[in-house]
Amino acid sequence: MKEYKTITEVSGPLVYAEVDEPIGYDEMVEIETPSGDTKRGQILESEDGLVAIQVFEGTTGIDRNASVRFLGETLKMPVTEDLLGRVLDGSGQPIDGGPEIVPDERQDIVGAAINPYSREYPEEFIQTGVSGIDGMNTLVRGQKLPIFSSSGLPHNELALQVARQATVPEEAAEEGDEASEFAVIFGAMGITQEEANEFMEDFERTGALERSVVFMNLADDPAVERTVTPRMALTTAEYLAFEKDYHVLVILTDMTNYCEALREIGAAREEVPGRRGYPGYMYTDLAQLYERAGRIKGEEGSVTQLPILTMPGDDETHPIPDLTGYITEGQIMMDNALNSKGIEPPINVSGSLSRLMDDGIGEGLTRADHADVKDQLFAAYAEGKDLRDLVNIVGREALSELDNKYLDFADRFEDEFVDQGFDTERSIDETIEIGWDLLSMIPKAELNRIDEEMIEEHYREETPAADDEESAEELSAD
Amino acid sequence: MSQATQTETTEGTGRIDSVSGPVVTAVDLDARMNDVVYVGDEGLMGEVIEIEGDVTTIQVYEETSGLGPGEPVENTGEPLTVDLGPGMLDAIYDGVQRPLDVLESKMDSAFLDRGVDAPGIDLDEKWEFSPTVEAGDTVEPADIVGTVPETVTIEHKVMVPPDFEGGVVESTKEGNFTVTDPVVTLENGEEVTMRQEWPVRQKRPASNKRTPRTPLVSGQRVLDGLFPIAKGGTAAIPGPFGSGKTVTQHSLAKFADADIIIYVGCGERGNEMTEVIEDFPELEDPKNGNPLMARTSLIANTSNMPVAARESCVYTGITIAEYYRDMGYDVALMADSTSRWAEAMREISSRLEEMPGEEGYPAYLAARLAQFYERAGYFENVNGTEGSVSVIGAVSPPGGDFSEPVTQNTLRIVKTFWALDADLAERRHFPSINWDESYSLYRDQLDPWFKENVAEDWPERRQWAVDTLDEESELQEIVQLVGEDALPEDQRLVLEVARYLREGYLQQNAFNPTDMYCPPEETYAILRTIQVYNDEAFDALDAGVPIEDITDIDAAPRLNRIATQEDWESYVEDLREEIREQLRSLY
Ligand SMILES: Nc1ncnc2c1ncn2[C@@H]1O[C@H](COP(=O)(O)OP(=O)(O)OP(=O)(O)O)[C@@H](O)[C@H]1O
Ligand SMILES: [Mg+2]
Repeated sequence: MKEYKTITEVSGPLVYAEVDEPIGYDEMVEIETPSGDTKRGQILESEDGLVAIQVFEGTTGIDRNASVRFLGETLKMPVTEDLLGRVLDGSGQPIDGGPEIVPDERQDIVGAAINPYSREYPEEFIQTGVSGIDGMNTLVRGQKLPIFSSSGLPHNELALQVARQATVPEEAAEEGDEASEFAVIFGAMGITQEEANEFMEDFERTGALERSVVFMNLADDPAVERTVTPRMALTTAEYLAFEKDYHVLVILTDMTNYCEALREIGAAREEVPGRRGYPGYMYTDLAQLYERAGRIKGEEGSVTQLPILTMPGDDETHPIPDLTGYITEGQIMMDNALNSKGIEPPINVSGSLSRLMDDGIGEGLTRADHADVKDQLFAAYAEGKDLRDLVNIVGREALSELDNKYLDFADRFEDEFVDQGFDTERSIDETIEIGWDLLSMIPKAELNRIDEEMIEEHYREETPAADDEESAEELSAD
Repeated sequence: MSQATQTETTEGTGRIDSVSGPVVTAVDLDARMNDVVYVGDEGLMGEVIEIEGDVTTIQVYEETSGLGPGEPVENTGEPLTVDLGPGMLDAIYDGVQRPLDVLESKMDSAFLDRGVDAPGIDLDEKWEFSPTVEAGDTVEPADIVGTVPETVTIEHKVMVPPDFEGGVVESTKEGNFTVTDPVVTLENGEEVTMRQEWPVRQKRPASNKRTPRTPLVSGQRVLDGLFPIAKGGTAAIPGPFGSGKTVTQHSLAKFADADIIIYVGCGERGNEMTEVIEDFPELEDPKNGNPLMARTSLIANTSNMPVAARESCVYTGITIAEYYRDMGYDVALMADSTSRWAEAMREISSRLEEMPGEEGYPAYLAARLAQFYERAGYFENVNGTEGSVSVIGAVSPPGGDFSEPVTQNTLRIVKTFWALDADLAERRHFPSINWDESYSLYRDQLDPWFKENVAEDWPERRQWAVDTLDEESELQEIVQLVGEDALPEDQRLVLEVARYLREGYLQQNAFNPTDMYCPPEETYAILRTIQVYNDEAFDALDAGVPIEDITDIDAAPRLNRIATQEDWESYVEDLREEIREQLRSLY
């Protein structure tokens, strides 16, 4: 392989070099610094005689005397089932001191797009055991459902809870719990050592590591490497799902750091920036990650994505959450106010959404009354929340009896339905029954989103009120 | 150039000079603007988008990883065209009209590979052709010369290509032929086949554009009832993510009373296209009970598919739409989302280092949007038939802010504006179309149709609903300050009625098998019933009945259930009767 000592310019994460042979776009490059370090990079632009190289490990130490080798192929991820249980760095090198990885295949990390015609619509209910998700914003196998959060909120706890508890009840019933468990691919981008430890400890404590592959790019690792970490993770996920029949859950955190890296590269290339300085192609770039989720006709396995992002300035319209929301199939919204109230997990269910919910729930999947109960809970909670603003002004006494019921409903909804703790696992049945308990606070006639027959079947005619002995007696006599 | 014609690619072979994402420059290439070229050793399809001296800039419709300088570029000498003929319905294409099912089998993979071509319509399949002209007849360009049963629903019309001279028919054939077999021969030697090609960026000719006067009935109450679109009209649905653009577009594709639906998934999700592919063959066309796919053509260039093909997918769609219009059909095209199309333009423009306009979009953004929507309309066709193309474009404004360039430039052109509202969506008020902001400029010209076909008093009823909702929003402002109980009784009653309008009339659940489609008669009946309640309730109030007793009657909440009744006619009748009885018994 030819070596060049033709670097003409080093600028931020970019290196320009002259060449006398054609070099392919996106292909891999190795740069050896005079001090003997080897850094890897990728061709960003290829012109006759000149290439722009994006260096993953940072350009520190590179000068005109560094030598450049063009590897003649695009970046590949060595994949094998043996990756399960392993911990790798952000560009796929093992860092757990384990044995060398003998790849089964080497796959291009820029995955090809799934032919929309070859997809199968995701509709298998995943029970996460979290009511705010299962009851109100159901996750299905093959969905991409990000967690929108802010720094200081327990999004990691939620992601871990989901990773721990997620099963597909239907299959668990048929084939045992093992069969319905997920293989977890964990892609960390720019998270702190502390956060990384939190994840690793949980994985080890619960034995989840055995069925996980961990990619770690930490806060002090090179930023440019963050652009390849999720691609490595997703390439591994696709391999396990579509060649080895695993159901894979991919947790990517923190997508905000990934986007910052994109912005940094864009700025170094002096590109015309898009909104708030992020590249104009960020939508396309993110879509190329998030769309690597789903089900494929005729394939056993699936890729489900649970990316985490912290919203800069807690602003949902910031380009990172905004573009993400435009690509993913809903979002789980974490909420500061709920967190301050001590609600665990602090999921803002009304700001959250699962777009694949409608086909994943109902008779045979979850429960026949699930959709109606969910709609009614949403409506009643929205009503109650609206009244909170008003009550601050006029006081409870000025409100009608019904309005007061809605206010109480909203409080109890947060305290009993959403707040379950990070260690509690609820079946979908339990979740829906709690829903009915709460809805029964409201007069029947108000429940106009629920089928009348279902109301007859499930509505608790007498809700026991703690201070009302009579009604409690009536209920027990019943 | 279409994949069906294997034009010799010898016109001028150049070589690649540089590669940057989807944009490639070539030197020594003899090419005209918009020529289709094959790039690199793998022959990736591309289109010439700029020529400067010896340097030709090409947008490539496929992934360019690994492509390098020096590789050859071959020119086909023809612009990007689509194949037009039977077989476009019940098909799913990518942005340059390659059938995705054919790609799947040719690539033998669920993942899209590169450098694989496939013609837009199958060249080997035989179709049953019946001539509608005979020897001795004179035909002109665009005239219909025969028919083909394309699907159970649609009879495909075979037409003389617009660039033919036309003349006296020498002979016709009848029976089963491929799309390349001549079926009608003219005395001047011209041979008509069942297939034509048309350059996508050029609109197909028509004689005349007319004022549209028939609604495109959508089966969606808030649309038909308040903000109707005409057959041949244009509409935009802007809204932040998750507000219901796609669900509304899907509902329109399912239930709009067009003959043909062209659904363009432009830079959006793969699963949404899969949903259409899985649902439509099983759903019934409300007009005739046939499978919906029999009238539908899908174009799917999802967000992760090449950006350049995303730029072209709306043109592919509208050209197919115009072709069915030429046959005399009413066609409705949905594009989800036009913002992704605009972003593709922006991305390519910035790679060309063009001078950026507002928010980085190219200066020609407004012109391109206008040209596209201009291809909609109610037309008198060249062959004397009448047909229409309605265009409904979703817009995805960053941060949900409508002041951005794509929304603003679109609003300057379209005549129907369905503004989706994040706040309504968060309350699960669906479709989350904001009734204050939305409008339809077709309302007046469509009223005669509604009066004649649904109810004579359609416009008055609508006005009552609009007035009541307006009054509600004014009252809500006061309620926010003092609480509802502080209002006088008649105003509290208005709020109650408005709530039924919102919940029982405006809201419509796209996932409820009964509610998802609401014929205009039912739309009218629901509104009328709420008004019956209104009138009776005010009578009771005037007679001194306390407001609590009025709003408490158990018939009232059933106003919200009309939409989910299969037998809504008798339900409505009983309900009106009960409302009357219950309210009158109070005084
Ligand atoms: N008419 C409706 N009936 C019931 N639910 C609806 C309706 N419209 C929208 N929804 C709900 O809202 C969700 C989001 O809608 P949709 O996917 O159409 O949003 P969108 O505006 O297309 O978002 P994006 O810009 O991200 O594509 C749906 O998954 C569904 O849950
Ligand atoms: Mg959408």
